[in-house]
Amino acid sequence: MSSTTPALELRDLSVGYRTLGVEQLVLRGVSFAIAPGETYGLVGESGCGKSTAAFAALRALARNGFISGGRVLVDGQDVTDLDPAGLRQLRLTKVSMVYQDPGRALNPSMTVARQIAEVYEAVGVRRADALERAEAMLVKVRIPGTGRVMTAFPHQLSGGMQQRVVIAMALAKNPKLLVLDEPTTGLDATVEAEVLDLIEALKQEFATSVLFISHNLAIIERMCDRIGVLYAGSLVEEGVGADLLARPLHPYTMRLLRCLPAAGRRKSDGRLDTIPGFLPPLGSIRTGCVFTPRCDFADAVCRTDAPGPTRVGSQMACCHHIDRATASGRNSLDLAVPVPPTAASFGRPALQVSGVSKTFHVGSHALRAVTDVSLTLRTGETLGLVGESGSGKTTLARLLLGLTAPDPGGRIELDGQPVAGQAKRRSRADQKALQIVFQNPDSALNRSHTVRHLIERSLSRLGGLFGRQRSERLMALVSAVRLTERHLSMRPRQLSGGLKQRVAIARAFAGDPRVVICDEPTSALDVSVQAAILNLLADLQSTAGVSYVFISHDLGVVRYLSDRIAVLYLGRIMEIGPAEDVFNGPHHPYTEALLSAVPDLAELHNGERTARIRLSGEMPSPLAPPPGCVFNSRCPRKIGAICETTEPTLPADADHAIRCHLSREALGRRGGAPPVAADQRYAPVSA
Amino acid sequence: MLSRFARQAGRRLSLSLLTLALLSVVVFAGAQLLPGDVGRAILGPLADPEAVAAINHEVGADRPAIETYFAWIGNFLTGDMGRSYTFRSPVAPFIGGALANSLKLAAVVFVIVVPLSIGAGVFAAMRAGRWPDRVISVVSLSLTVIPEFVSSIALILVLGIWLRWLPISAATRPGTPALEQLRHLILPALPLVIVLFGYIARMARAGTLEALDSDYTRTAVLKGLPQRTVIFRHVLGNALLPTITVVAAQVGYMIGGLVVVESLFRYQGIGSLILTAARGKDFPMLEAGILTVGAIFVATTLMADTLYTVLNPRLREAGGR
Repeated sequence: MSSTTPALELRDLSVGYRTLGVEQLVLRGVSFAIAPGETYGLVGESGCGKSTAAFAALRALARNGFISGGRVLVDGQDVTDLDPAGLRQLRLTKVSMVYQDPGRALNPSMTVARQIAEVYEAVGVRRADALERAEAMLVKVRIPGTGRVMTAFPHQLSGGMQQRVVIAMALAKNPKLLVLDEPTTGLDATVEAEVLDLIEALKQEFATSVLFISHNLAIIERMCDRIGVLYAGSLVEEGVGADLLARPLHPYTMRLLRCLPAAGRRKSDGRLDTIPGFLPPLGSIRTGCVFTPRCDFADAVCRTDAPGPTRVGSQMACCHHIDRATASGRNSLDLAVPVPPTAASFGRPALQVSGVSKTFHVGSHALRAVTDVSLTLRTGETLGLVGESGSGKTTLARLLLGLTAPDPGGRIELDGQPVAGQAKRRSRADQKALQIVFQNPDSALNRSHTVRHLIERSLSRLGGLFGRQRSERLMALVSAVRLTERHLSMRPRQLSGGLKQRVAIARAFAGDPRVVICDEPTSALDVSVQAAILNLLADLQSTAGVSYVFISHDLGVVRYLSDRIAVLYLGRIMEIGPAEDVFNGPHHPYTEALLSAVPDLAELHNGERTARIRLSGEMPSPLAPPPGCVFNSRCPRKIGAICETTEPTLPADADHAIRCHLSREALGRRGGAPPVAADQRYAPVSA
Repeated sequence: MLSRFARQAGRRLSLSLLTLALLSVVVFAGAQLLPGDVGRAILGPLADPEAVAAINHEVGADRPAIETYFAWIGNFLTGDMGRSYTFRSPVAPFIGGALANSLKLAAVVFVIVVPLSIGAGVFAAMRAGRWPDRVISVVSLSLTVIPEFVSSIALILVLGIWLRWLPISAATRPGTPALEQLRHLILPALPLVIVLFGYIARMARAGTLEALDSDYTRTAVLKGLPQRTVIFRHVLGNALLPTITVVAAQVGYMIGGLVVVESLFRYQGIGSLILTAARGKDFPMLEAGILTVGAIFVATTLMADTLYTVLNPRLREAGGR
């Protein structure tokens, strides 16, 4: 094949699924090509057909999937009519795939070594040589201590390590095409940044073409040369990455971009844009443009004629009204100017935590999951909790809820009154005052009950309401979370993720809570749905005066909703302060690293790109935290011996407190290198 | 690492011992206390009161219950299971012989049912939703609901009396060649095979289906591995783990639950021994039989649990970091 043959080409590809004898198209006439060495990104809401396109490229559709038209060419070879032997040959040598959850992609009962080596053995390499090559591959994906990892089972590795192993397996055959389906979704921001770095480096090294699928537009922009936008199974826009996101042509792309809480945007700046309406049910749109029902610019012609591709420069969009859409000014990100933090207008403290710790006993070891945490949450205020997995966010949330009893000595006060450490010892009033919204509404809602039953039960148990009072309150609550009466008789499985989360929120609000703990409430949702949920949370706060503890790994989301932010590392608060101060700096070196790990679409518009700070290694085990400052083993700004011997204190009186030996002047700030004062003794950073 | 596994095993073991201790109390209470007068129960209503008293003294029934219990359990632990009232001789040889017979029958059942049902379950899963799967699912479910005594009688009628393919009695004379003994065991084994087949096959099918739909199986397929390798290495390795546990746990049921089959086929297993002892009010025999079955039940359950832990790398050590 010549060097210009696309690694992957879809030609007018249509793919459908057969359910209960009914065939429904998920992809409709999708065409795109990925040049050798190119990275092509596919974006769109869930259900748009991104993964279907990926699996179709490998001819690995689910059992009920079928290609109903068009062609798939991998390195010039038509794979749509390959026989099983040819298909196996294709997968053996030319294509690889990495998907979302590395823990599930690896065989739980086989060692890492065997799983990588079998890729080589399948092409005839001897066992001993295959193991040797497997280890070399682990070195290439930058896994420290390859010997240990080789003999490990997948569950013994962290998520980031697991994904490296999966990537090593995928690249072992040196494929022409690598398909990455949400490869970093579910990983921590710092781990995500590392894995993305790795993918970029390996792409160069292996000269592989990549089909990159993600719902995260900022990541897509960072990783991809060109981007295609899928909506309801149709490719609605395509173009060079930076251009497309900076100047989208299609109304859907514009809408999608505006759902993101853009940098600096806060709840006080107003509601986030959402995309009204829902993705059309499969097969419901047979004529005209698929986006018509949700489009601001739709007219009669959109309903009858499907728009063909229109080229504008390097971009292509399928829309009848590109001129009107681009002229409307909706294609800009509408960056809000960060407003200076207004003087706190919150009420008295709703929740006060002082000196709370939690020690778990693992065998003979003591694991300090949370160490001496003190914080105050005022009425109507939102406190964002950020930090990597294992930093103690969830344990702290559980302590507040009383699901885990704190170590003796700590105090949790609600409206000035101490509450019991364990939920079962708390009064009914305290229990209903502290509520939670979980990340995954699927597992939080009983599948066999209707929405009405789920909310009514909470109203009875928490609100003590029955009969007509309960029905009235039910209707008020349902409309407050923007559900309709129609949803009441449905069961969770009939609802989308966003609607389920609304039911979970309604339940949390059933007892008029004082504080609601939101544990990654939007992490499993699409950006458009996320925007709607964030709006809902902000609305409920402004009407009900409730306080939130908001846990999320998405810093943009945390910033949008939070008034104050606490940064946790190894169970300690490293920094706490007003949201804008924490973001703008001076901030803790750990906060700085977290912030710089996040790809930011706003930088695209500002033209500036902050250098990323790479944290070396993984978070130390909480069983054996480093002596001195717990962050010293990974800190890029370590100043010397004092960091290893003395744990810095967190000033108790400061509004914006930072646990670091460095002076405020020496700490990093947003968008620039720290002003290095002459008298600052910077020791070389130890590896 | 190891200590955690050892601690877990130790906890399971002590729980098992506790279960057995409780069982011994219940058995003892049931056998010794409920019928009232042991001597009367043995000799019948017309016997001489002095003879009754003599027997009561002989078996120790005139002593306090607590004392009798500890004497009994102490003897039991040192291998002395007591003397049978009916046979006027030690219980242990009877139990040993019956247990050996039961184990033989159980072994035949397992040799037939395990490969057959796992094979059928895996085969059904690989053709899920198509006619072989439907046939296997319906057949196995239907077979499971047939009680042993119904299938036993049907099998005796068809295979033993009508077609005369197999001997209808499981019992053989001493000195019968092993192969002939085996032939006698096939017919009694079949009703149990029928009961267990559906159970194990459905477990195997469910496990295989789950493994087939898993991400790691898709990874293996996308590696371009031959289908044989995918199935044997990636699918079955994970799919049959729970099934193996279920199979191991069935050993207990097999040993203890054979009363119906053993008496229908007149086979001297431990089930029929217990039944005879209960009918003859032979309490030492009854107690020893029940306690032996209980011990085997507990031991096999413990083995099944340990086996699952050993086979599953996620449970083998640490249990997460």
